[in-house]
Amino acid sequence: MSSLANALAIEVRDVSKRFRIYREKPTSLKQRLLTSRSRAEDFWALRHVALDVGEGSTFGLIGHNGSGKTTLLKCVAGILRPTSGAILQRGRLAALLELGAGFHPELTGRENVYLNASFLGLSRKQTDAAFDDIVAFAELEQFIDTEVKFYSSGMLVRLGFAVAVHVEPDVLLIDEVLAVGDEAFQAKCLNRVREFQREGRTIVLVTHALDTVTEICDRAAMLHHGELHAIGMPAEVVREMRHVLLGMADPGFVPEQGTREAEIVEVQIVRPDGSSHGAILSGDPLTIVVDVRQNEPVDDLDVDFAVHESTNYLVLDARTSRAGIDLGRFDKKRVRFKIQGFPYDPGKYWVTIGLSSRTTGHLYHVQTQRYLFEVFDAPRAQERVEVPVGMEVEDL
Amino acid sequence: MAATGKTVERTSESPRLHVGERLRILAAHREILANLVRKELKVKYAASALGAVWSLLNPLVYLAVFSFVAKVLGAGIADYPVYLLSGLLAWNLFSASMGSGARAVLDNANLVKKVAFAREILPLSAVGVALVDFALQSAVLMLYILVSGYGLHLPELALWPLSFVTLLVLTVALSLWFSALNARYRDVGHLLNIALLVWFWATPIVYAEFQVQELAGSGTGTWLGIPRLALYLLNPMTGVVAGFHRALYGFVTPKGAQVPVLFDESLAWVAGIVTITLVVSLVGLRLAWGYFFSRSGDFAEEL
Repeated sequence: MSSLANALAIEVRDVSKRFRIYREKPTSLKQRLLTSRSRAEDFWALRHVALDVGEGSTFGLIGHNGSGKTTLLKCVAGILRPTSGAILQRGRLAALLELGAGFHPELTGRENVYLNASFLGLSRKQTDAAFDDIVAFAELEQFIDTEVKFYSSGMLVRLGFAVAVHVEPDVLLIDEVLAVGDEAFQAKCLNRVREFQREGRTIVLVTHALDTVTEICDRAAMLHHGELHAIGMPAEVVREMRHVLLGMADPGFVPEQGTREAEIVEVQIVRPDGSSHGAILSGDPLTIVVDVRQNEPVDDLDVDFAVHESTNYLVLDARTSRAGIDLGRFDKKRVRFKIQGFPYDPGKYWVTIGLSSRTTGHLYHVQTQRYLFEVFDAPRAQERVEVPVGMEVEDL
Repeated sequence: MAATGKTVERTSESPRLHVGERLRILAAHREILANLVRKELKVKYAASALGAVWSLLNPLVYLAVFSFVAKVLGAGIADYPVYLLSGLLAWNLFSASMGSGARAVLDNANLVKKVAFAREILPLSAVGVALVDFALQSAVLMLYILVSGYGLHLPELALWPLSFVTLLVLTVALSLWFSALNARYRDVGHLLNIALLVWFWATPIVYAEFQVQELAGSGTGTWLGIPRLALYLLNPMTGVVAGFHRALYGFVTPKGAQVPVLFDESLAWVAGIVTITLVVSLVGLRLAWGYFFSRSGDFAEEL
């Protein structure tokens, strides 16, 4: 770590970013000419944000959905342009905003590694040198010369990770991409981040995993509705984040509430291959498994879930009462919400689980946007389709 | 370790294009370009047994069909296949690049939103793909010229490199411009398809150059005081195609023919036209690149 106070890798000076939200975005000449500017609404994703990231340090960026973390990262990376203010950035930069950028289903794993690596700033020579490592990291030795259209979603994610962690920039921006994958894989990724630190690289990490921030970051900042809410030592910023998450600073967001006559014991988001970790591909089926315990007898229990995308827009919800299911009194029960195919855009989705009274609407237990899953673009085979196939075997 | 790195400043101002500096950045990103071109080619010919042979079949079929058609119709142009293909291949490079170049930014929305790289790479890769087809098809034409006994015309052939560079500069300029424009106004793509159709017939590819010259009144006819032929030559592709014709077809008037096929002017005149086209295209390239560069900062928001 550098002891020089003036050695900054990133300097964010009073940056604001405005997005124009068009009710109907004018994308044609005619619309552009006819639409008056007044129909556009302004949305400030960042307001007067100022922060410095020292060379060789690891900086954590936290804040809940829509707080502007990704927007800030994109501004630093040069993908978005700030509306006002300036960003100074020194050294070669790589931004990991998405795994497997540019992956194409018709290309083999090997070809996709080279394509993806070049987007992340690796030269062919560097990729050659790292290639065996990348393949070993992804644990895909046998399939590397197979077209990726034949890969499972897990294999695709692993390959994307493997390339991402082999980049060699001076400044590395990581947007939550290390949060998917199974636990063993996550540990591997975290180790790799520590290696980056030892090599003296500057890292900016956007994450929801607050423990990771206290564990590996030198400094942290919290964004809240586009404003810099706190900056300083990771432990303090994380404490502030928890404070806000508990609803004291933001009355609109209550993470957990209810009188607990019935209680959510466990929630799992299960992928088609049966595992409960990591990403799913757009269009894949998905099961939300909710284990419920009744602490006191409840007659009118209603279990519901809701899925919000990252700008807090409700994309899907369902409840047992609407399907005519009467759960009755019980000790423990497991409810499976089977989503036939999750047809939404790639991105992160937050799941809210609720237990309430079917008749009065009284809340027994609600966990608001506590669970997260990520949907990836499905590079699919054109000649293969995946449709749900029902099967039954009966004894005769 | 970052001590050697350059400091980049990002502000609300669209950055000004410094050609030399930008060229260095593009050179550093050349592997993305190479990989994208490779990807496009692979995807284009994936799962087809003949692969790139399909690209060669196109001019081969043209050669066969037009040798036949020219004989039947007596189009009045001797060695019509050479005349047609020398112009048509240049046009194919131009129109294929423009067609996919205009869609380049839109079609790669996901990359543009999530990955930081020089956006010019996207339309350039469209040109790169068309360039590979052009090279293959030109090899077929060359082979035909040599094997059929038509032969090369030496002083004229020197026009080929100049015409090729002009074609490339013009194509890159317009691809950059249209891809940036199309990201903002989606109508541009549709408009372009129609424009290319008209443009094709406004360029002497299928018909003889001399027919135009004759209709225009051999340089004496005027419209609003401007020589009509000069108006026709305003189309930059006319200059480019005339260059390719002169370089490969060679004869202004084929042996034994009564009327000229190409513009009835000296080699220096054609070279002059191509050079003027090149200069105009270079200016166009600088303007189009500047426009693309200033717009590229907003691509991620507009898609």
